Amino acid sequence: MVALAKIQTKLLVKPMKSTKDIAALLDEPSCEHNKKEKSGCAKPKPGASAGGCAFDGAQIALLPIADVAHIVHGPIACAGSSWDNRGTRSSGANLYRIGMTTDLTEQDIVMGRSEKRLFHAIKQAIDSYHPPAVFIYNTCVPALVGDDINAVCKSAQERWGVPVVPIDSAGFYGTKNLGNRIAGDAMVNHVIGTRDPDPLPLTVQRADIKIHDVNLIGEYNIAGEFWHVLPLLDELGLRVLCTLSGDARFREVQTMHKAEVNMMVCSKAMVNVARKLQQQYGTPWFEGSYYGITDTSQALMDFAKALDDEDLTERTEALILREETRIRKELEPWKARLKGKRVLLFTGGVKSWSVISALQDLGMVVVATGTKKSTEEDKARIRELMGEDTVMIDDGSPRALLKIVHDYKADILIAGGRNMYTALKAKVPFLDINQEREFGYEGYQGMLELVRQLALTIESPVWEAVRAPAPWKKSPLPPFAKGRDAIEEVGNG
Amino acid sequence: MADILKRNKALSVNPLKASQPIGGSLATLGFNRAMPMLHGSQGCTAFAKVFFVRHFREPIPLQSTAMDQGSSVMGADENVREGIKTIAEKSRPALITILTTGLAETQGADVHRNVREFREANPEFADVAVVAVNTPDFTGSVETGFALTLTEIIRALVPDAKEAGTYPGKRTTAWMQDDCMDAGGRATQGAVAEVEQRREQLPERQVNVLVNYMLTPGDLEALRDIFEQFQLRPVFVPDISDSLDGCLTDEDFSPVTIGGTLISEMATLGDALATVVIGPSLTKAAELLEQKTGVPTYALDHLYGLKANDALMSALAKISGHDVPERIERQRSQLQDAMLDTHFMLGQLRIAIAADADLLNAFVEQVQEMGAEVVAAVTSCNVPLLARIPVASIKIGDLEDMELIGKARKAQLVIGNSHAVDTAERLGAPILRAGFPLYDIIGGYQKTWIGYRGSRQTLFDLANLVINFSHEEIPVYRSIYGQKPAGELTDYPLSCH
Repeated sequence: MVALAKIQTKLLVKPMKSTKDIAALLDEPSCEHNKKEKSGCAKPKPGASAGGCAFDGAQIALLPIADVAHIVHGPIACAGSSWDNRGTRSSGANLYRIGMTTDLTEQDIVMGRSEKRLFHAIKQAIDSYHPPAVFIYNTCVPALVGDDINAVCKSAQERWGVPVVPIDSAGFYGTKNLGNRIAGDAMVNHVIGTRDPDPLPLTVQRADIKIHDVNLIGEYNIAGEFWHVLPLLDELGLRVLCTLSGDARFREVQTMHKAEVNMMVCSKAMVNVARKLQQQYGTPWFEGSYYGITDTSQALMDFAKALDDEDLTERTEALILREETRIRKELEPWKARLKGKRVLLFTGGVKSWSVISALQDLGMVVVATGTKKSTEEDKARIRELMGEDTVMIDDGSPRALLKIVHDYKADILIAGGRNMYTALKAKVPFLDINQEREFGYEGYQGMLELVRQLALTIESPVWEAVRAPAPWKKSPLPPFAKGRDAIEEVGNG
Repeated sequence: MADILKRNKALSVNPLKASQPIGGSLATLGFNRAMPMLHGSQGCTAFAKVFFVRHFREPIPLQSTAMDQGSSVMGADENVREGIKTIAEKSRPALITILTTGLAETQGADVHRNVREFREANPEFADVAVVAVNTPDFTGSVETGFALTLTEIIRALVPDAKEAGTYPGKRTTAWMQDDCMDAGGRATQGAVAEVEQRREQLPERQVNVLVNYMLTPGDLEALRDIFEQFQLRPVFVPDISDSLDGCLTDEDFSPVTIGGTLISEMATLGDALATVVIGPSLTKAAELLEQKTGVPTYALDHLYGLKANDALMSALAKISGHDVPERIERQRSQLQDAMLDTHFMLGQLRIAIAADADLLNAFVEQVQEMGAEVVAAVTSCNVPLLARIPVASIKIGDLEDMELIGKARKAQLVIGNSHAVDTAERLGAPILRAGFPLYDIIGGYQKTWIGYRGSRQTLFDLANLVINFSHEEIPVYRSIYGQKPAGELTDYPLSCH
């Protein structure tokens, strides 16, 4: 009840997000985009935009918190088209897999009954599933008709005695990226700091080492990939108070303020969380990635460095040596198969540099990379990894991507699932690295899965089968194969 | 290519093999008004009948010479003669096959002599075709029994071209002689114009299609459709799509098959444009047919996957002189698209297959086309085809062999008949049910595997079996320092993801 009281004091009764609030979220001092001429994230262009909305971003950012009842307040389109995201995995609680929405009807909207419906929806979720907390995601329609979800959440929390957290994330507020920040903001404002971590049980204390408390922000445990990394952190004596938000629980998020250091994993989407935790609690943070051998080792070292623990540094170095030796040996037979293969990497930007190093670890050649969402710092890092004349792609249209695949003789396109069928239709091998994927690539062990998947598609006999014309066709090769051959001829000449 | 590992243990555990008389019965059941009679004890027939009833979920005509203690020791010639006579009297079928069993062959039965004796003694049944086949249980399998029986039926019922006056392609123009000549053999008035017109309207261009045991009624229906799109009229020999397709008829009971290849049609095989033979096990049957009729043969191993169907369409385009129809080309590209979509799941998938040789070969080629790896290939008996199946080794054995090899080589998926379901369960792998018998699913007998469309469905089915294969998942890890709610450890044990 103490915790609840704490949460209540944090729940300010305040109407929906104002232009000022959104502007404040967009103006993220820790984001390099801010330093360029345009401030914050670019506006989407009508008729030529792809990607999600703020609601999408907020939901993706928080849905992996597994024991919370996530209620989408809006008509069916918002939850109906997006629930049951299978990518992220939980080690236990699975309430997050249950789709909940107020499914607003015309009557609700016209007659102003949506707030009432939300109030009852919260009760139903609490009665049926006894969650430790309920998250309410606001969407366009209730935001437009003026539902005061903060007030509903506050009175529901008082009435039912369960924390109810408003995530004011109407789609029209902005992009998916903004939604990530709204979600992070809601955690900082309503959840983090409402409970202190459990005392460290005696059974897991080790006389010789000091246990440090840390957080990971922006780690989603896609396909359970973080479980490749977590045992290493355990071994080093790093207690992960919370991963925001992969395989997280509400009670873990509550304790994030007590970490000694925060790691921003890969993406900058929730960088506002790291910055605010630093502002409010003085927690330092660093940025890192668990994709690839080099980056995984770097991230482990960065923890030791940030914690300034000499013993930890020594043990980390030993662990890295052991793990790298082991995995490099296991990767040896695969490297021979993948060496020199040409990759076009199109991740939308933020994660490019971390995947590049993973591919280079395997001896593959990254011929071009997407940089649409990359910051100047990201780009500098990419140049550092790939050389000055590297091709950076801003135009992510299918046509442009395929042209680059052809022009640079890429053997494989690595991109988000959205581009998968574009690649397949053009008969180009493909690897999915977005959040919907079914395979985990993090950590040393994840590299084995990555090489397996790369070899699987690159070496598949289906490419030849689909590129060759039907035997009764007299006409020469189809467009793609023709393009390839032509390029090869030029290349050889 | 394949290293053939012979049987090396005394005990067969969870057998894969079904016996030759089963195959012989199946071949017979694909002819119209036919009745197979197993020459053996009643049990031979009863077991075979149950086998088919469970697989096809149909009443199955099947008779027995009912050898007893006396006839087993003293000779069962009379059982055969009496059996044929009884069936002929009671049902007047168009075809009776006498299929020997292990018992009859061990005894030393000469069923061919018995048939001759019956013919001499019973001229009143001259219209009933009787074909005897040696199909002992102790050799071969359902595949060889089927092939042997078909060969003998062709030998008995297809006349030599010289005697019958058949010639390849005659069936195309036969109607001209019947309809367009006057009594004096001269072309009637307007005959020339009518010839042209009818060529357009009734392109009755027959192609014989010898089909092996692995084509289901669903397959044959799909295959007929493909032939017809090339303006060809297929005569399936045999045709279980017309007799075992689960069709309701006006008659409430028939002692013999309803539907199937007409016996009268066998006399016209020599007039066809070409013979397409599907399945290496039918090589001898096809050779005999070509020898008898002079009709050219197009041999195909199977119709699973892209390459195999490309070969079929190329053959049909050649035979018919027509281009491959657009509809079929579209289905081809749909299959290619499915290959792309499913290669993520099927590439490098370790598959164990237990099937008779023709079917084994078909599946091996189809899954290899997808980049899957056949880690266990088990078949029922040794046949020439095995040597050229493109896998490292083939074990002649049983489902236990598949289980052991599959376990050692970490099979992730099993292809086999309903008996292999338990095997797959022990291997912790999903199973694609295929072959004989399929008794634990409904409609297995009707599934279409062939053609571009059937092949596409197979890929979807295979991919769906492994799409969320829990074995590939990263195991759950719980931090020793974790702050998860206390109840979780008991509510969600680690074994279940």
